[in-house]
Amino acid sequence: MSVLADGFTLLCVGAGLVFLLAGTVGLLRFPDAASRLHALTKADGLGLGLIVLGLLPQAAGLLGALKLMAIWGLVLLAGATVGPMIARHATGGSGR
Amino acid sequence: MTLALDLLLAGAILVVAAWTVAARDGFAACFGFVATGLLLALAWVRLGSVDVALTEAAIGAGIGGVLLLNAAARLRGQETVDPGDVARPWQARGIAALCTAVAVALAAVLLALPVPAPGLAPAAAAALPPTGLGNPVTATLMTWRALDTLLEAVVVLLAVIGVWSLAPDAAWGGRPGPQVPPAEGPLALLARVLPPIGLVIGLHIVWAGADGPGGKFQGGAILAAMWVLAWMAGLVRPPPVGSRRLVLALVAGPAVFLMVGLAGLALAGSFLALPAGFSKPVILAIEAPLTLSIATGLALLLLGPPARAA
Repeated sequence: MSVLADGFTLLCVGAGLVFLLAGTVGLLRFPDAASRLHALTKADGLGLGLIVLGLLPQAAGLLGALKLMAIWGLVLLAGATVGPMIARHATGGSGR
Repeated sequence: MTLALDLLLAGAILVVAAWTVAARDGFAACFGFVATGLLLALAWVRLGSVDVALTEAAIGAGIGGVLLLNAAARLRGQETVDPGDVARPWQARGIAALCTAVAVALAAVLLALPVPAPGLAPAAAAALPPTGLGNPVTATLMTWRALDTLLEAVVVLLAVIGVWSLAPDAAWGGRPGPQVPPAEGPLALLARVLPPIGLVIGLHIVWAGADGPGGKFQGGAILAAMWVLAWMAGLVRPPPVGSRRLVLALVAGPAVFLMVGLAGLALAGSFLALPAGFSKPVILAIEAPLTLSIATGLALLLLGPPARAA
């Protein structure tokens, strides 16, 4: 059971790292602000989600697992807010 | 494997710190500063000092980073470089060499310490039970080094007075910070959704500080951030600087702390000494107003001086 859980963790965290790497490459290589934000917010949100999913079997009890989920939720909320604000600012708006 | 991670972390801190120092643009340097602070917080976690890590992330990178960004935004376009003020290459190299020498000397001293390093940690852990606390860091801050904590709280108050003293005469007595029109879109949503969550997490971190990593400065920073977020979205207006309630919230913590300290003179024999057996309730009675004062003070630092008349 523990081998299965560890395998699941390795697989999910590994996949998450791939998405984080892709997001970073996109941030550095994409031509304009909108596509760079697209790469960053979406790929990073997914990457972090996969890492959290992978860490769930390693969490200390139900409370630890819920805390991990809460962290992911808060990062998604922050990303979903800041992304559009930067995009509005980059396209000439006030950002608000 | 762990060593490789630590080396990677230490290397990343040095690279980001060097990049921050070398950055030409004020904004870029601020972002570098925040990134350095967050990496430093990870380093403190690796060293087992979660209390310090939380403080570094909340106060150092968080509040400090926003303060610097604020300053950079105010200075933008006014940064003039006087050629006479720029360090000559030999001066810059000299400064870099001296700083490196100090860092290397400190590292050498740390590495030369015997293992386990001498310290007061065992004494602190041994004296923990009478305090009724579970976290030796909080016990140190609230009992054995209470004077330091009192002065830290007073420093926040002094900093607010310093910021307010920058207000133009005409604006004195007005509300702190520039006027913010109500936001639309994502910011307005976040400023409504996040504060309830942030309040719970902030108060939880203050409360958890008694038995685990956490405390009033870390929790207070989160509470302050929630107030500033609602202000940024135009949902709340800070009270005028002359408001009795605002001033009361600012001084309540240090004032209660001082009163308890003076009472200790009469009841327990010395300034800031806690009566035996009542440590825990007295510490809670100090920490509650102190959290309010720290959160209010940090938020007012972020808002800035009053910018328009009342």
